[in-house]
Amino acid sequence: MSSGSHHDHHEDTLAWRVQQATGVKLAHCYQCGKCAAGCPVADQMDMPPCQVFRMLQYGLPQYDKRVLGCEGIWLCLACETCSTRCPQEVEIPKIMDFIRGEALRLNLAHPRSKDILAFHRAFLDSIEYTGRLYEVGLVADYKVRSRHFLKDVMLAPKMYIKGKLGLLPHLIKNRRGMKHLFKQTIGKG
Amino acid sequence: MRIGYYPGCSLLGSSREFDESTRAVLKALDVELVEVADWNCCGASSAHILNHELSIALPARILALAEQAGLTEILAPCAACSNRLLSAQQELEKHPEMLAGIEKAIEMPYKGTVKIVNILEVLDRLKDLIAAKTVEPFAKKVASYYGCLLVRPPRVVNFDRPEDPQSMDRMLRAVGATPVEWPFKTECCGAAFSVTRTDIVAKLSGKLVQDAVKRGADAIVVACPMCHSNLDLRRAEINEYLQQEYAIPAMFITQVVGLALGLDPKALGLHRHMVPVEFAETAGVQS
Repeated sequence: MSSGSHHDHHEDTLAWRVQQATGVKLAHCYQCGKCAAGCPVADQMDMPPCQVFRMLQYGLPQYDKRVLGCEGIWLCLACETCSTRCPQEVEIPKIMDFIRGEALRLNLAHPRSKDILAFHRAFLDSIEYTGRLYEVGLVADYKVRSRHFLKDVMLAPKMYIKGKLGLLPHLIKNRRGMKHLFKQTIGKG
Repeated sequence: MRIGYYPGCSLLGSSREFDESTRAVLKALDVELVEVADWNCCGASSAHILNHELSIALPARILALAEQAGLTEILAPCAACSNRLLSAQQELEKHPEMLAGIEKAIEMPYKGTVKIVNILEVLDRLKDLIAAKTVEPFAKKVASYYGCLLVRPPRVVNFDRPEDPQSMDRMLRAVGATPVEWPFKTECCGAAFSVTRTDIVAKLSGKLVQDAVKRGADAIVVACPMCHSNLDLRRAEINEYLQQEYAIPAMFITQVVGLALGLDPKALGLHRHMVPVEFAETAGVQS
């Protein structure tokens, strides 16, 4: 893939950083559109996956910026339908993970990503402190972060009756180890 | 048979009937489950969104703990957990240069020797025994719902066919059920958007429910806690989206097998569902 992929070699492009970080070459995408055809949320995306790749293939700063700021990358469910069907075996969700990280790092993330991010951060916080996901804590933390205080207030009592809501967190023994694990990975950046 | 067990967080909370029914069924089949001591969350659908290394270190700690306990194989009934464990194991195989950093993070050696299996694989091994022990055949039409994480991505999970899987259908036939032809077997339910984008879940899961009913299914059978909670806990939103009251229950495969084995519905956690497990004529289900 050396010919026609000049954009892979400009170190300041997003396509280059994707390749460096994930090993996935965007030049492999030949725009068949299968990823967007099978994507369960493509109709909700401002930019479906194949268009994201086309934009990145140009290697132009203004297109990179549009990709980093689009909402579509935040709607990827990581269902892997696209990568399973891709004739070039491009690992699309892996690229989406990386692009989202870059969007955050460069402060370009779409405003509607806020709630989704709030959820993931609340999720990870719960694990960092208890070792296991504490669902009640997760939802409470998400409500505070997203300010959607009334979301699902009717569901919680029903879940409690069915024995599905543990009111106390499950604490693992080695919580110090869990903190250390977070510090050595996500805490490094 | 003796096998390691990694229940994962969902099975302690919102999907505890999956844990209850898994334990009940495997006990009835004389399988001993050895729970991984002091296990942690696998990071599920959140860790990989925010940090790649974290998404590997969390499963690596679980696998290292299993190694220390001398386990060679662990069952992770949750499709998200088994998927994350397999992903991490393969990333570390492909990128040995990451290992030192991961071992430092988990403060344990990691060898990568533990085999990770999902619930369908374990049930499949026991298929003949299950068929022989079936006392109350589950004589219903069923939609076998595999969802995403059991079969995709195929290079990671290497399990069944990614587009038209058969393993759950085979198991269901073995206990007397009739799987319907259903093109939604591996469509996504909306997964982790249950809380943040319930509108997307209602739409995606709604399509599944609608088509399962159209094809005459009496129940949708699942093997993933996220799929189950979207189809069951989110039924009110689904019905609102579809503007119709769909009452088709979503059941875990272990609950269906448990009923066929004649186990107590309560021991299988059938009473914990939002959508009651009720059929026109009962098949081992007493309400």
